[in-house]
This record gives sequence, structure tokens and C-alpha cells, in this order.
Amino acid sequence: MTGRITAAIAARVLGQLRHDHRTMALMLVVPCALITLLWWVYSGNSDLFDTIGPQLLGVFGLVVMFLVTSITTLSERTSGTLERLFTLPMGKLDFLLGYALAFGAVALVQGFLAAGLSVWVLGLDVRGGVGPLVLVAVLSGVLGTALGLLVSAFAATEFQAVQFMPAFVLPQLLVCGLLVPRDELPQVLEWVSYATPLSYAVDATTEVTLHAQWTTALTWDVVALLAFTVGGLLLGSATLRRRTP
Amino acid sequence: MARTELPAVAVEQLHVVRGGRVVIAGLSCTVRSGRITGLLGPSGSGKSTLIRAIVGVQAVAGGAVRVLGEPAGSPVLRDRVGYVTQSPSVYPGLTVAENVRFFACVLGVSLQDVDRVLEVVDLARYADTMVGRLSGGERSRVSLASALLGSPRLLVLDEPTVGLDPVLRVRLWDLFAALASEGISLLVSSHVMDEAERCDDLLLLRDGALLAEDTPAGLLERTGTDDVEAAFLALIDEGAA
Ligand SMILES: Nc1ncnc2c1ncn2[C@@H]1O[C@H](COP(=O)(O)OP(=O)(O)OP(=O)(O)O)[C@@H](O)[C@H]1O
Ligand SMILES: [Mg+2]
Repeated sequence: MTGRITAAIAARVLGQLRHDHRTMALMLVVPCALITLLWWVYSGNSDLFDTIGPQLLGVFGLVVMFLVTSITTLSERTSGTLERLFTLPMGKLDFLLGYALAFGAVALVQGFLAAGLSVWVLGLDVRGGVGPLVLVAVLSGVLGTALGLLVSAFAATEFQAVQFMPAFVLPQLLVCGLLVPRDELPQVLEWVSYATPLSYAVDATTEVTLHAQWTTALTWDVVALLAFTVGGLLLGSATLRRRTP
Repeated sequence: MARTELPAVAVEQLHVVRGGRVVIAGLSCTVRSGRITGLLGPSGSGKSTLIRAIVGVQAVAGGAVRVLGEPAGSPVLRDRVGYVTQSPSVYPGLTVAENVRFFACVLGVSLQDVDRVLEVVDLARYADTMVGRLSGGERSRVSLASALLGSPRLLVLDEPTVGLDPVLRVRLWDLFAALASEGISLLVSSHVMDEAERCDDLLLLRDGALLAEDTPAGLLERTGTDDVEAAFLALIDEGAA
């Protein structure tokens, strides 16, 4: 792994996004539009907006980054550019970290826009402040990127990659505590919720909403998010093969 | 020509299985240094598979492939071998210059080299055009330009002239000849038999086996034919008889 190549890959991915105005707009505007819609839906009940709004900020970041990353990497596998890169002095980690850096930067902008809009314009009440909320949104986005990199290895076509969204992310959404608090879930599902990364993104935003101070629970949620991200990247690097059949 | 120079590529008893089928069965051949070697054979004969084995991205079931004296795919070869995949491996969402610049950054060569290779493949005036807006032949030249970056000792080109007009084809073959005269070794696959005349050596492939390994003149003499296509058919008849 070399810094030069990692940076080249990150810059290239950002360059592709820079030319693709529509994707860029979708990544940045859609979470903002959704959170505004949610605010409107709950216009009669600001308590519910305060509870669900922050949780969804984490979810949006993860979902958007997951989709964009899995499609982009898949096209890199199918177009032959990955095969060519593997004949050049590029290490697997250069590739994975390059992607993580590029989409991490996008996640930062996305998280900042969505969280800023929620707190400063829509009046979302988070005791922990905008900073920690953006942090959690960014970590969720980077986690989405890591999972997208991993999952793209199991898709042969764009159609399959898109279907991984409902197959892989929606079940996590059902058990992550958004619909029913996790300790009220049936026992087995509660265990499942501890094993799925989205739960920690949602838990972390809840912590930020409820507490003005940084809590130990929040630290553990952040550690869990980072651990899933690193785990996803490591598994992803195991699925990247220089030699293919 | 009795010099015992290290061959650019030496393939020994290569076995490749793809999709449960033996695609290359015990193939041995060499690519001589500083020459243009044409890899010819019908569609499905295993040209791309052999090329992928040489650049080290094909999982192989057996045999040995050595490139510039090193095992194929070894890290020291990665800035010494230029590879052009059969379908252009480029990013349609970037401009021509951005594509080539990216590969230059990965290779660690200077950005001035980007202008040079774009000039060589006659794409300088398209530098700021999005690759997604180019024709198939233009895209494959973007792909070729990236492979010429730096100072590769071996160029492995999988059907680089497909979809090009005759004028451009002649220009590219002139370029290949110029590169070979600088001591660069080239392995160029094609299924257009008339390109064989521009090669110094030929490898004829059929069903994953080597039908002949010879110079164009040697091949014509041996088969008593006057073009490579006829020689190819004669060799098939010979094999069937
Ligand atoms: N990804 C793959 N999985 C399974 N089998 C494959 C795969 N790619 C190619 N093959 C098989 O391997 C054989 C050789 O294919 P290869 O691509 O090397 O041929 P080729 O000589 O390059 O043909 P063409 O001139 O059409 O490019 C073919 O019979 C093909 O069906
Ligand atoms: Mg081929």
C-alpha cells in the first residue's frame, strides 16, 4: 500500500462524482429532502420528530453510501478496470481505502448538510449538538461504503447489486430499534440486532439526542461502528482477487 | 540470430480451466525479446486467456509462466508490463486526460508523459472530452495510451486494432514497429489474419493448443501457402489428417 496510489484512487472516484452532477445531487439533496418530509409528516408532534429524525439521519447516510459504493465498485469489476489496476503497482488496500476516503468525504458533506438543516432550520432538538450528530452520520456513511465494497463482490450484475439493498439493509432497519425499541424485540431478534451494524448507528444518534455530554454508551456505539467498518474492509479485501477464474 | 537472449515471455505446460472446462491444455511457447509477436486464432481459441495468464490475472491450474525472467504477476513486473484488455478498460465518466492521468498517478510517472502518450495515439485534441462520448475505436486508444505510460519493457495488447479504420491500423502497427526497434517486446493478439504480416513472430492458437510457432515467412514456406489465413487452414487439415 502506498499513499500516492490510495490518494490517486480517492481523487479519481471524487472526479467521477464531480462530473456526475445528478448522482452528486441525489447523494446530497435526497437525505435533506427526506428529513424535511419527515419534519412535515410529524408537524403535529415535534417529540416524535426529535426521536426519529436523528435516527434516520444515520440510516440515510448508510443507505445512500451503500448503494453508490456497491454499484461503482461493481462496474469497476465488470468493466475490466479492476483487472487492469491489478496488473499495476496497486495494492488491495489502496483500492479499498481510496474508495473509503472518497465516499467518506462525501459522507462528511452529506452528514453536515442533513444534520445542519435538521437542527438549525427544522428545529430538531438534539442535546448533544450538531457536532456529534454529524460525526455519527459520517461514520454511518463510511460504514455503508465498507459494506457496499464487500457486497459488490457477491453481485454479478447491477440488478443484483441493487437488490442487495432490500436483502441486506432493510432487515437491519426492521430490527435496529427504529420501529420497536430493541429490548422489546423477541429474544432472538434482539440478539440479531446486536449483530447488525445499523443498530449501532441508530443507538449512537439516540445517545446524542438524549445527552448533552458525551456518554460511555456513545463511545461504545462509535467503537462498534468503526469495528464493523474495519471488518467490512478486511472481508472486502479478502474478496478482491488479483487472479480470477 | 543465435544470441541466447532471455525471452520476454516463457510459457511452459500451461493449463487453464475456466467455467469447468479446460480452455488451455498444456501450452508452451515463448515471446522473443524486442520483437512483435502476433497471437492469432479464431474466437474462443484462448487468446485472451493466455494473455491474462501472462499479465498474472488469470487463475491457472498448472504450468509456469515467466515474464522478463520473473514469475508472471510478481510485484516487480507491475511497472514493466503494459496491458491493454480486450474491451477498453477506461472510466466513461472521466475525460480522456483524466483517465490517462489517473493511470499515470498509479504508476508514479510524470504528468508530462500523459501529453506524450495522447499524442502517440492521436487523441490529444480529445483530451478534455468525456470518454463516454467517444466511439469504440477512440475508447480503445485511450486504453492503449494508458498502457504506453512510463517505460514498459513488454506490451501485452489484446486485440488493440479492432474497430479501427485502415489508416489508423497502419499507424498503430507503425507505432508497434517503432517500439520494437527501441527494444520493447510486444505481444499483440488479433483474429484478423492479414495483420500477421506486420509481426516478426507468430503464435497460432486453436482450441487452447498451439498450432504453430514460427515467423510469417517460415510459416508460409512450411505450408506452401501464400497467406497466413491459408497457412492456418492448411495446418488444421494437416492436424485432421
Ligand atoms: N469468464 C469465463 N468463464 C468461463 N469460461 C470462459 C470465461 N471467459 C472465457 N471463457 C471460455 O474460455 C475460452 C477461451 O476464451 P478466450 O476469451 O480466451 O478466447 P479468445 O481467443 O480471446 O476469443 P475472442 O477472439 O473472441 O476474444 C472460450 O471457450 C470461452 O468460452
Ligand atoms: Mg479475446
